[in-house]
Amino acid sequence: MIHTEGLTKTFQRGKQLVHAVKGVDLDVAPGELVAFLGPNGAGKSTTLRMLTTLLSPSSGSARVAGADVRTQPALVRRRIGYIGQGNGAGHNYRVIDELRAQGSFHRLAPAVSRERAAELLRALQLNGLEKRPVMSLSGGQRRRLDVAMGLMNHPPLLFLDEPSTGMDPQGRANLWEHIIRMRDDLGMTLVLTTHYLEEADDMAERVIVIDHGTVIADDSPGRLKLDHADDVITLTFGAVDEADVAKRALRADQRYADRFEERAGEAVVLATDHGARQLPGILHLLEAAGARPEAAAIREATLDDVFLNLTGRSLREDDTPDAAEDGSAAARTANTTDGADAA
Amino acid sequence: MNAQTIEHVHAADEDGTGGRIGRFLSDTRAVFTREIVVVLRDPFSLVFSLLQPLVFLALFAPLLGGMVGGDGIGDASALEWFLPGVIVMICVFGTGMTGSNLQYEMQTGSYERILASPLSRASILTGRALKEFAPLVVQALVITLVAVPLGVTPHLAHVLVGILLLGVFGIGLGALSYALAIATRGKEWMFWTVQQSLTFPLLLLSGMMLPLETGPDWMRTVARFNPLTYIVDAERELFMGTFASSTVLWGAVAAALTCAGGLAVGIRTIRRSAR
Repeated sequence: MIHTEGLTKTFQRGKQLVHAVKGVDLDVAPGELVAFLGPNGAGKSTTLRMLTTLLSPSSGSARVAGADVRTQPALVRRRIGYIGQGNGAGHNYRVIDELRAQGSFHRLAPAVSRERAAELLRALQLNGLEKRPVMSLSGGQRRRLDVAMGLMNHPPLLFLDEPSTGMDPQGRANLWEHIIRMRDDLGMTLVLTTHYLEEADDMAERVIVIDHGTVIADDSPGRLKLDHADDVITLTFGAVDEADVAKRALRADQRYADRFEERAGEAVVLATDHGARQLPGILHLLEAAGARPEAAAIREATLDDVFLNLTGRSLREDDTPDAAEDGSAAARTANTTDGADAA
Repeated sequence: MNAQTIEHVHAADEDGTGGRIGRFLSDTRAVFTREIVVVLRDPFSLVFSLLQPLVFLALFAPLLGGMVGGDGIGDASALEWFLPGVIVMICVFGTGMTGSNLQYEMQTGSYERILASPLSRASILTGRALKEFAPLVVQALVITLVAVPLGVTPHLAHVLVGILLLGVFGIGLGALSYALAIATRGKEWMFWTVQQSLTFPLLLLSGMMLPLETGPDWMRTVARFNPLTYIVDAERELFMGTFASSTVLWGAVAAALTCAGGLAVGIRTIRRSAR
């Protein structure tokens, strides 16, 4: 569905060259749900914008839905759906007018356009709002309308740029429920960018971690966490002596010898794969040594741990969308602004 | 891509292809329809926009006759001389504002969605300019009809050709306004500063409001390089009932050149914004 080779984007910013995306090689198969994850300015939105033909690559190639982004941009746009970060529907227009306009932009016959608009309004729980001006809709309704517009041409491939930014958790869950159902109904491939770790973890089947314009990891969220991060088990004992007994027992076992933190106090902290699966064995080992914890807690590995282990930085340090890469729609049309992407 | 979606996509690719011109026309119609629906759903602004040129005509034309004493306006009455000028003026103001609506859409994200659609770039420019131009057709016809009882001889066919000529010119001007909006994105004040700084000198140096014949030599020289001068002169000839004249021809050439130049600049600006 997507194939890129050496996809590169360089911006001229004053006298300086900014390398926003550095030779991305990528293959996305039909039906996948892929998330680009990375800090602000990593190059994920710039990559998405090249794939949707909103930006032209500086070098390299990309085929999207069977068409070349350089030589057949209109064909790419015909075959994809795109839901940008801003509101795609004009605020002064009526809901139904925007849906039908989107249909006509994709050259759907008026009857087909009417039928699809009605079908999407129903599916996205927007029925009854047809004649309302877009500006009168709630944030969640507007976002669902954006999804409806992105699906008017029944695209086999849908791009979503930060689809749930600014939404509350309930609204986000509701939006995703709709997106996933529409994906199942239409058999779509989904490619999204997100700075929400939980969103990438929960929704994506494949996460492509981008940093400084380069793909640094690419796998399922589970596999990434298994390969690049550990679950953390914290055992709390009633007394320091008992905790020391536990530490001695763990130190003596080669499976755990280098997996726990040497720290004083009643708590013993272990980092391990499959924490929930390992815990009964650890408890059994400690019990045999005469140490019985009063409490045990597992913190499962997160994609932030993955990023931290790969780069030495946390994604959470800067988890709000900034104007440099993901800012206003106006800024996103500017070459200078995109140039700030990797700055 | 599964077989069903491939089939669908291929069918969609073939739909409405009909050659480049066919696609351009169909895309332009789609953009124009989206834009004009908003105007039609708000008749108050349409009615108000009709009143403005009427007020201008009623309050300015009588002053003109007294002020210039007929110098430079040939055999025409002040009203006959001024009427085509007012129509050119509303065309310049209307299509020159094409970019202002775009600025708002760039802020909300709506413009980006349109760029991500398969519409041709030229059709986006043309459709939007035509939306600004469409009310002019109604305005021009209404003020011409209102002027008839006041002594203006109606030449309907000539008026329609004059409106067509303004439409061609307006597409070019609208595309330039669109390009200006992209170039000044995020700085609305700059759009208006540049737009106003150019519009008024162009209007005054076209002889639209006052005859240039009574002005100094340098003004007449500068006016010869102003495409609007040729448009205004052609409109006056047409409204006086003349088709076959070199003035009308030069007006048509100026309109065509503005249209071609405006679209070229507009398309180039959209493409540059994707670099």
